[in-house]
Amino acid sequence: MTKLLTKHIHESGCETLNFYVAHGGYSALKKAFKMKPEEVMEEVKKASLRGRGGAGFPAGIKWSFVPKDSDKPKYLVVNADESEPGTFKDRLILEKMAHYLLEGIIISSYAVGIHHCYIYVRGEFWEPVKALQKALEEAYSRGYFGKNILGSGFDLECTIHRGAGAYICGEETGLLESLEGKPGRPRNKPPFPALIGAFGCPTVVNNVETIAYVPSIIELGAEKYLQMGPHQNNGGVKMYCISGHVKKPGVYELPMNTTLRQLIYDHAGGILGDRELKMVIPGGSSTPILMPDQIDVMMDFDELKKLGTFLGSAGTMIVAEGTDIVELAAVIAKFYAHESCGQCTPCREGTDWIYQLVLKIHAGEGTKADIDRILDICNNMKGQTICVLSDALADPMKSIVTKFRHEFEARVVDAA
Amino acid sequence: MSNERKFSPETEAQFQKLLTRYPTRLAALIPTLWLGQEEFGHLDRTALAYVAERLELPMSQVVNTCTFYTMFTPVARGKFHIELCTNVACWLRGCREIQQVVEDELGLKHKQTSADGMFTYEEVECLAACDKAPMCQVNGADTYNLTPESFRELIRGLKSKG
Ligand SMILES: Cc1cc2nc3c(=O)[nH]c(=O)nc-3n(C[C@H](O)[C@H](O)[C@H](O)COP(=O)(O)O)c2cc1C
Ligand code: SF4
Ligand code: FES
Repeated sequence: MTKLLTKHIHESGCETLNFYVAHGGYSALKKAFKMKPEEVMEEVKKASLRGRGGAGFPAGIKWSFVPKDSDKPKYLVVNADESEPGTFKDRLILEKMAHYLLEGIIISSYAVGIHHCYIYVRGEFWEPVKALQKALEEAYSRGYFGKNILGSGFDLECTIHRGAGAYICGEETGLLESLEGKPGRPRNKPPFPALIGAFGCPTVVNNVETIAYVPSIIELGAEKYLQMGPHQNNGGVKMYCISGHVKKPGVYELPMNTTLRQLIYDHAGGILGDRELKMVIPGGSSTPILMPDQIDVMMDFDELKKLGTFLGSAGTMIVAEGTDIVELAAVIAKFYAHESCGQCTPCREGTDWIYQLVLKIHAGEGTKADIDRILDICNNMKGQTICVLSDALADPMKSIVTKFRHEFEARVVDAA
Repeated sequence: MSNERKFSPETEAQFQKLLTRYPTRLAALIPTLWLGQEEFGHLDRTALAYVAERLELPMSQVVNTCTFYTMFTPVARGKFHIELCTNVACWLRGCREIQQVVEDELGLKHKQTSADGMFTYEEVECLAACDKAPMCQVNGADTYNLTPESFRELIRGLKSKG
């Protein structure tokens, strides 16, 4: 048994409160209310629940940075901005399993001593937000939100906040700016949101999937959760998104010791048209690529790092032989050039220069020097900026140009 | 369209509820802009001035926020707003062919609106439905697993509805 969130996904009515409760939903909350808040936090720490928004930071440890005694209110902000290209798991949670998220919100807030949660949902999520709204109304009407929840004495409000189109609002401080009503331009860190987040108050920012796993962890206990994917600091299961050139694209909930090969061939049915594999974007378009001889890697936060890439938001995209890599590079670069918020020069200029250079090479008008120029710009974009959007183009682009240099060279005017 | 801007009673009720959900008025700005766009169709200066007045915020602040976000539009869109994803997964699964159908059937390029006000076409980034690529949204409704044929049919269907 490896499924927690997706156990009932194909059953009709699975998104309703009645269905959820009939299948054991909201019982973890009752269990949590019998524990002390510190004990709940400790359990999440023990489960080493790593953040599923991209950085993989352990949620329990992040929560413990929030000051216990604060005279200001504290907030939980759930990041449902899901905009990393290749990622579509949070959408599934909102559409089909919103009560896992809502129960997770109550338990997490109880653990940290929070009384107001904002769920920041990307503006383009018209259908998912409707499902979420419905679930939240149901939960309010049965007393899971509001004052004195289930007679526990614990109060919690929850507000859905819609974004309005901007990838950068997925970055946690850009998101907080946006929540406050401003343009979503990321803030300098420190201070980190745990101390100064929303409205100048201590704030926990967590991804939808991260919070949605909290009820299962409390229900099972950290030990049992970890055993579901036995691997140090990467235990348990998570949601993997796979798309591109595979036969069965989709979201697969799997133990974290699943290899990339298993994900592609056992779960996603192998390569479309039984073509050869050309390369893999392992964790969303911000992650450096892997080559076909690297797919025996375990899809966890630490193993992918050893190969110079990372798990990110687990948005795996499969590229088959026969794909034009230069055009693919242009598609990727265009996204970052469009989404840079513009406040740091290396990012604002660098993303656009790269896009223009790749277009030039794609059009057959580039030179070998242009290829080196791309690599040069990548090097100058790294570690120079307020947020890591700049690195999120520089690193993958460098990996693509380096590993497929021959394809770029074949396009330039001074090709040998 | 008249220069008068005023929320309908239903929108007004939503607006009043919004104000209770945030510790600052500024935080209610983006949700209020959404209410405005849904009520007035688009957010021209008169609409923004109305939002500014209702939230007691400076106009400059309202404009500064509004213009940062791509989903807020200062001009009216066509009756059908087609947003086609052109990001990686959709590209891998053939969005270029779909773009061609837009050209052939509507003659529209990115961000153009047809002369009869029927269609606005926009190319957008990943809409988090890559497993059902290529995909688009029509007035916010997700439409999945497009083929040139299914998409052509979709457009022709919309044309006949107009
Ligand atoms: C450019 C950029 C975009 C991001 N987009 C998202 C996003 O769409 N969803 C998300 O959960 N995290 C996103 N993140 C990560 C967040 O900044 C943050 O780390 C995360 O929400 C924390 O939650 P977690 O610890 O549960 O992963 C993004 C980061 C960057 C730099
Ligand atoms: S790195 Fe780019 S996106 Fe991030 S704050 Fe700077 S300009 Fe904005
Ligand atoms: S790339 Fe089109 S939906 Fe993700």
